[in-house]
Amino acid sequence: METIRKHLNLLSLFAVLYLAFLYVPVLLLPLFSFNDNIYVTLPFKGFTLKWYSNLLANSGLQSALWASVKVGVGVAVFSTFLGLLAARAMTRYRLPFRRSLYALIMLPLVIPYMVIGVSTLVILRRGFDMDLSLWTVGASHVLITVPLSMLVLMARMEGFDRSLEEASRDLGDTAWRSFRRVTLPLVMPGIVSSLLLCFITSFDEYLLAFFLAGSEATLPIFIFSSLRFPSKIPDVLALGSLILMVSIVLVVFAEWLRRRGVSGSDSSVI
Amino acid sequence: MTQPTIPRPMISLQSVSKRFGSFVAVDAATFDIAPGEFFSLLGPSGCGKTTLLRMIGGFERQSEGDILIDGESMGIRPPNQRPTNMVFQSYAIFPHLDIAENIAYGLVNRDLDKATIAKKVAQALEMVRLEGLGNRRTNQISGGQRQRVALARAIVCEPKVLLLDEPLGALDKKLREEMQIELRQLQKSLGITFIFVTHDQEEALSLSDRIAVMARGKVLQIDTATSLYERPNCREVAGFIGNMNFFEGRIASIANGVAAVEIGPGQHVRVSAGSGSAPGQAAIVAVRPEKIDAGATQPQGNGAATANVIKARALAGSYLGDRSLVLAEWREGTAPISVSLQNRKTLATASPGSIAGTDSVATGAPIWITWPIEAGVLLNS
Repeated sequence: METIRKHLNLLSLFAVLYLAFLYVPVLLLPLFSFNDNIYVTLPFKGFTLKWYSNLLANSGLQSALWASVKVGVGVAVFSTFLGLLAARAMTRYRLPFRRSLYALIMLPLVIPYMVIGVSTLVILRRGFDMDLSLWTVGASHVLITVPLSMLVLMARMEGFDRSLEEASRDLGDTAWRSFRRVTLPLVMPGIVSSLLLCFITSFDEYLLAFFLAGSEATLPIFIFSSLRFPSKIPDVLALGSLILMVSIVLVVFAEWLRRRGVSGSDSSVI
Repeated sequence: MTQPTIPRPMISLQSVSKRFGSFVAVDAATFDIAPGEFFSLLGPSGCGKTTLLRMIGGFERQSEGDILIDGESMGIRPPNQRPTNMVFQSYAIFPHLDIAENIAYGLVNRDLDKATIAKKVAQALEMVRLEGLGNRRTNQISGGQRQRVALARAIVCEPKVLLLDEPLGALDKKLREEMQIELRQLQKSLGITFIFVTHDQEEALSLSDRIAVMARGKVLQIDTATSLYERPNCREVAGFIGNMNFFEGRIASIANGVAAVEIGPGQHVRVSAGSGSAPGQAAIVAVRPEKIDAGATQPQGNGAATANVIKARALAGSYLGDRSLVLAEWREGTAPISVSLQNRKTLATASPGSIAGTDSVATGAPIWITWPIEAGVLLNS
């Protein structure tokens, strides 16, 4: 008994340390964003909101944020749409070369972004003579987020009884009505997860954006370039805190949606 | 297979086959089902019964043949354009809808106003005895109740044919027996044609007007419960439904509709023979264990003249309360004869030497196996 208790104490200690390691740095971000000091060091010098008011004046940051949101939302919607089609095809039909197709769609997950970035850049510039823009960034983000979306949605589609769709056809639904009345509501938690996942992935993706953005910077690019100027760092902290807050609200909202949508017996993935 | 023709069949299967690659799941099924009939498809798993049901419902496309429902060719019509509804094995209750919404699901596709739908749903809930549960969520009801929701959801659409895919398989024994009675009553009162898929022979025998026994994609025999049990048409049906003793041999002679089948050197058993039998044919005599009598002494008198008598050796006896099972070896190297004896006598009245329980069957002791000539069935081998 004694040794078990000792092990338990060590385990709890490990758990606490682990959680602290994960989250304390993130929690320090909002703390320092209110600190009246241009350098991010202790001790705190005083409370200020000036970094937040600076944000309102920083047009470069604002346009970078707006660019990232635009790309993120577009990528999330488009990738989830593609992911939904792919997941449905993978789980509902007997496809020839199903496994090879699956591997092919999943491949971008394991190819280094650097390789994708360089090769896409070469093809777009040399092959198609295209100008770089947020569109090219978005295209590369779709490439890397479709596998994520498909994974999430496939798990969701495999998770529910196929005879539910048959039952709706049996009860008079056309294929399209059956999709709308049964498949879509049941897959909805997966769709929400996929939208969030794709948005976040695109939103903080740096490498591909670095290779493929034209004159318009996305937020990660802007932040990295700001780091060269110490005076800009507190602005970034303020922005980071705001983003953190929005993410928490989003995640809580998604979780609430999920619990409300399908309760109890039918647990969701992610 | 010859079937009595049904003048206006509700379902008519015309050499319906289904192939998956080179595997034949259903092989040229051809039969009719009468309106208002409770018809069962019975067979071991993988025999094609569910595939056949799914073809009638439109969930699988037949490779060959056609299915007529109420005289209309179904061809490759999708499920939503067929006058059938299905109760799925998993029930397929929509988890995102409540009970009433589940039952109303099919009605919403009709041109009905809200008040009519609400009225029909209320009636359906009453019919399956789920009054007042319409607002429950689907995870708040028991397995038996889910089964009733699935039933109500299908019946409320007033199909011409109701398809049931092992609907009672997931219920425990007691609940299953209750639901069997309810199902039968419901079918009687509604007059809808039921096609019921099951692998449980007792369920099929007790519920159905007629049963089609299937194996390896083929329909072996279609008959009433009594005929299937008493007059199976082949060894497979005989062996699948209930227990059966088989004696393989050759027809030695036929006289007055009774064939003598030689089952061993100089050993004959007599059995009623149909018109198709002739001396010299290989044949099997099948006898149910409960039609056989066993005694420790050789039967005497005129009873022996109209019965088959085989001398055997008791291998084992087991006392099962209402009956006793006795295994008897009549010839080395063949399957032992199984005999089921009703324990009608009390301990006080049981005569010494009679087999009323395991203790009175001494292993290795000689026993006399007898059964009346008309109790056996002659099968082609």
